Amino acid sequence: MRDVGYLRVGDTAEALTAAARPGARLIAGGTELVNLLKERIEQPDLLVDISRLPLTDITVGPDGLHLGALARMSDVAAHPEVRSGYPAIAQALELSASPQLRNMATMGGNLMQRTRCPYFRADHDLPCNKRRPGSGCSAIDGDHRAAAIFGASESCVATHPSDLAVALVALDAQVRTTARTLPARDLHRLPGDQPHRDTVLDHGEMILGIDVPVSPPSAYLKVRERGSYEFALVSVAVAAETSGGVIRTARAALGGVAPKPWPLDVDLAGVPLRRDELRAAIAPAFAAARPLPGSEFKIELAQRAVVRALTKPIGLMGET
Amino acid sequence: MTARTRVDGWAKVTGAARYAADHRLDNLAHAVLVTSTVPAGRIAELDVTEAERAPGALAVITHRNAPRLSPAGDFYVQTVLPLQDDLIRYEGEPVAVVVADRLERAGEAAALVRVTYETAPATVELDDALPDAYRLGAYFEPITSSVGDVAAGLERADVVVERTYTTAARHHSTMEPSATLAEWRDGMLTLYDATQGVFNVRDAVCAALDLPADRVRVIAEYVGGGFGCKGFVWPHQLIAPMAARTVGGAVKLVLTRAQTFTSHGYQPPTRQTVTLGAARDGRLTAIRHTSVNSTSTYADHLEMAAICSRAMYACPAIETDHLLAPVSTVLPTPMRAPSDGPGMVALESAMDELAYELDIDPVELRLRNYAERDPTKGRPFSSKALRACYAEGARRFGWADRPMRPGALRDGNDLVGWGMASATMATFAAPASARVSIDADGRVLVEAGSQEIGTGTRTVLCQLAAEALGCPPERVTIRLGDTTLPPTGMTAGSSTTMSVGSAVQLAARSLRTKLASMALAEGDAPAELARLDGDALVVEGAPRTPLRELIGDDPVGAEASWSPSTADVSMHTFGAVFAEVRIDADLCLPRVSRLVGVYSAGRIVNPLTARSQMIGGMTWGIGQALLERSPVDRRLGRFVNKNLAGYLVPVNADVPELDASFVDEHDEHAGTVGGRGIGELGAVGVGPAIANAVFHATGTRIRGLPIAPETLLRGDGDGRD
Amino acid sequence: MARITVTVNGADHTDEVEPRLLLAHYLRDKLRLTGTHIGCDTTNCGACTVLCDGLPVKSCTMFAVQADGREIITVEGLATGGQLQPIQQGFKEEHGLQCGFCTPGMMVAATALLERNPDPSEEEIRWALSGNVCRCTGYVNIVKAVRWAAQAMQEQAAPEEPATRQPATEQAATR
Repeated sequence: MRDVGYLRVGDTAEALTAAARPGARLIAGGTELVNLLKERIEQPDLLVDISRLPLTDITVGPDGLHLGALARMSDVAAHPEVRSGYPAIAQALELSASPQLRNMATMGGNLMQRTRCPYFRADHDLPCNKRRPGSGCSAIDGDHRAAAIFGASESCVATHPSDLAVALVALDAQVRTTARTLPARDLHRLPGDQPHRDTVLDHGEMILGIDVPVSPPSAYLKVRERGSYEFALVSVAVAAETSGGVIRTARAALGGVAPKPWPLDVDLAGVPLRRDELRAAIAPAFAAARPLPGSEFKIELAQRAVVRALTKPIGLMGET
Repeated sequence: MTARTRVDGWAKVTGAARYAADHRLDNLAHAVLVTSTVPAGRIAELDVTEAERAPGALAVITHRNAPRLSPAGDFYVQTVLPLQDDLIRYEGEPVAVVVADRLERAGEAAALVRVTYETAPATVELDDALPDAYRLGAYFEPITSSVGDVAAGLERADVVVERTYTTAARHHSTMEPSATLAEWRDGMLTLYDATQGVFNVRDAVCAALDLPADRVRVIAEYVGGGFGCKGFVWPHQLIAPMAARTVGGAVKLVLTRAQTFTSHGYQPPTRQTVTLGAARDGRLTAIRHTSVNSTSTYADHLEMAAICSRAMYACPAIETDHLLAPVSTVLPTPMRAPSDGPGMVALESAMDELAYELDIDPVELRLRNYAERDPTKGRPFSSKALRACYAEGARRFGWADRPMRPGALRDGNDLVGWGMASATMATFAAPASARVSIDADGRVLVEAGSQEIGTGTRTVLCQLAAEALGCPPERVTIRLGDTTLPPTGMTAGSSTTMSVGSAVQLAARSLRTKLASMALAEGDAPAELARLDGDALVVEGAPRTPLRELIGDDPVGAEASWSPSTADVSMHTFGAVFAEVRIDADLCLPRVSRLVGVYSAGRIVNPLTARSQMIGGMTWGIGQALLERSPVDRRLGRFVNKNLAGYLVPVNADVPELDASFVDEHDEHAGTVGGRGIGELGAVGVGPAIANAVFHATGTRIRGLPIAPETLLRGDGDGRD
Repeated sequence: MARITVTVNGADHTDEVEPRLLLAHYLRDKLRLTGTHIGCDTTNCGACTVLCDGLPVKSCTMFAVQADGREIITVEGLATGGQLQPIQQGFKEEHGLQCGFCTPGMMVAATALLERNPDPSEEEIRWALSGNVCRCTGYVNIVKAVRWAAQAMQEQAAPEEPATRQPATEQAATR
């Protein structure tokens, strides 16, 4: 690892000044950034440690849930009102990473994590447009089982790994930064010909918090091969109000299928909570899927997961 | 014998146990490897200028300036010596080692070594290399075997099953990454090494560096798992002493996790075809089992997958054959459980398919073909209680309630399946020696070069010594893992308890005889006459003698050696494995919910450590069946996932309560201990039992392990892409 | 270089460190606490787990500078006065280890669990240890070791109620 400067800041203003410097990178829990530095995927000149700023609030009010950018994953997941009122968030967090990481990792950091594409994460610099712009994409003609089925480009087929982000999109959350407030679904960007940029945030811009409106019942389903501690093959977050076995409103988002949390943009109002009807109702959203040969199975798996999430209650630990 | 907790438990729960990378040496420098990024070709340009100027850099060693090495001997199966030429034979081959005063600086300097390659075309996939497959001349067993007339047997069969099965490339993934500390001091080289064979390392280092054996000492006090990758000797174990010699001091070389994927072998993928002919009553008329596995382009590793078919079932006609297909990866190497592990996936899956062709219960089919003697060698088995394993396993599992029809056990949204398989493992043994001594206070010291890699060697040797000496185990201290101790073989092939255990027993008996003779002042008094009682010896026909009176102030000891006998028997361990899987019908995720293994392995010295070995092995089987695979990228010629995020080993949530037990047995041919080795047996049979259970749950026959959700989604059984 | 003060196993240490120095290397190389092992480099194995202000974290994925002002407990800090903690006794008695390389991290994670939940179910134990990988034991005895420790701690806490402890190894043998 290249040597790097380190500055621990005492307030947000100081953080902004430091973060604006060229080569500066914010560090909070560090669970992602330390790995990126170790693998030399990123080589910043200065680490701006924001971990001790007072942005750790977890507040539930009549207008919804407010999460400070530095609230820890473990604290949010354990919060009783998050668990009762926003279970998709608690489940997404609890199914993420490992207890040790959740004890360090923060809300803002989780949203800023980078893809798990094995070529991006390789032990040395392989052709990867996300890692080194212009170097090519190894995954398209290589091992692309984990690749996106939506939103990919010729330059990058990587998926976004955050579970939390998927839940936030399904719950229609807003992300507050030092520069703006934007819907969670607009935070991450599609690769186009600039796959090295994961989000729309500018250099030096810092996430301050997340606001989630009052939510209908919600759930998060993560499909993975190992019983725990693995990124999703596909995942789905749903928030739905139903009555008499019929959906009144529903919002869903998919993980593991796109370079960003993928909103399932179909209107499910009036659809009965029955397998076949649900399957027919969500099918149009998958017409746009453009898989690679090795990731084609995700089209079927993701649809099954959506139907499952809407029809079967999921335990908080998320295992089906 | 009795269950005993581990004698090294205290050291391991307090953090006091020292693994190779934990040793504290003065002025320790750190070495970091630079490895090739292409699978074949040669180094075109190599620029170390910046690296040499980097802060703290002490040396940058490449093929240009590395000391010339001599051939490193038989245990250096890799054959290619590190940093001796500009050729590249596999991705991950060392091209430079950088030594610096601190690890961070060594890493930074290593990143400044500039290498460009002239790449050559490379084949890395087994399937692509099949046209170049070849047959080796010899291995530890004959490459081919043939008894009876297989063609005639298939001709007269009522049913013939011929199927091809594949197993994936897998990596050992010990929790401890390999590490070597090398220290030159006063003309002596001392290595602290993560190895399953200290003598192998010493011999290879002596040969490579042209040193006499008495100037090299190798120590492996604790080893954080081996499973085969630390058995033979590999480039990093020569590079560390080379680097230490260059800087004239102590150097620590710890492999990164990524480097462990290319530095000490892997289990090669296999492609096996099994042909079974059977009469309507289930009796086999012919078995043909052929296997091909990938090896490197520069050396041979044969996965003798078909040897299981030579001994498993009674059959008048059996043919086996093995081929190798060369690919541009690092040389594969044995991995728990080699040969029989992948081999039984094919044989036992085929037996299940045959059971369904014939509509005969899978256990019953195996019983109808039970081999009372080795059908290929024509010899009796040293001891075999597999019949009891089937019966006890079926009872514990509740097999009698199993409906034959696939898909019959659905539970809500879960498809439930029950499957079974036999397990077998060839038994290995190696010459071993040991020294047992006692001091005036009655403290016993057992010394043998052998290694503790997690299996419980210290504990079992302690028990065997205490039993042979007639003293409580608490009095016994074990010293292992040091080439200054009596020579033994490597900790591999499940051979240690039988081999080193027998040597320890012989030495302890010899010491007991010596003590009895001293007490009775006779030439050769029977050992049984003497019994240790604290710091005194009690001998029938003589007064209780304080040891200090008997032996004086200096310890007295005895040394003994043991060698495997060439008794005319066939020696294998056996077992029966029963698995229950539950598969979410929507999401196609198979999970193992129950696993029962009952084993025939001769005498079990310590039920606690033995059972733990079996449970650990069964967990490897879960990995083989459902998770573990190391795909290679065809264009880049590299393993795709060189980390524990991408290479999936089973985690806590993947492993249910496991039921492992042994049948009572004593094998009079298994050394003086009476027990055959068990370290690998638990990892055999679980994979096919799970695959058979998946068939029972879904009706989909999967012939490629590990089983992927997408394969079950497709329902066509061909395994992963 | 940055100056840090870290409390490790009850003792304060002040050092000048490079920002890139990992906490795991600080503990192992600077403080010579080599019981904290490094297994994977990429935050996937848990061998390097230590407690940071009472919570399990991965010391190979944390810079030493991040630990400034924090209280760290390593495996060497579990036993006190030559007496094993119940969790250590449990791993020893229930054979919750083989090669021992993952054991320190596993015990540290389990210690935090029992602090929070003195009577965890098997599922809760498996969940709390889901960030720790073991390649030898198959986890079964690790779960029993934590149960053993939980029971031992409850008995210590309530000595007036002599609980009858069923040896978990026998429970295991009979599914």
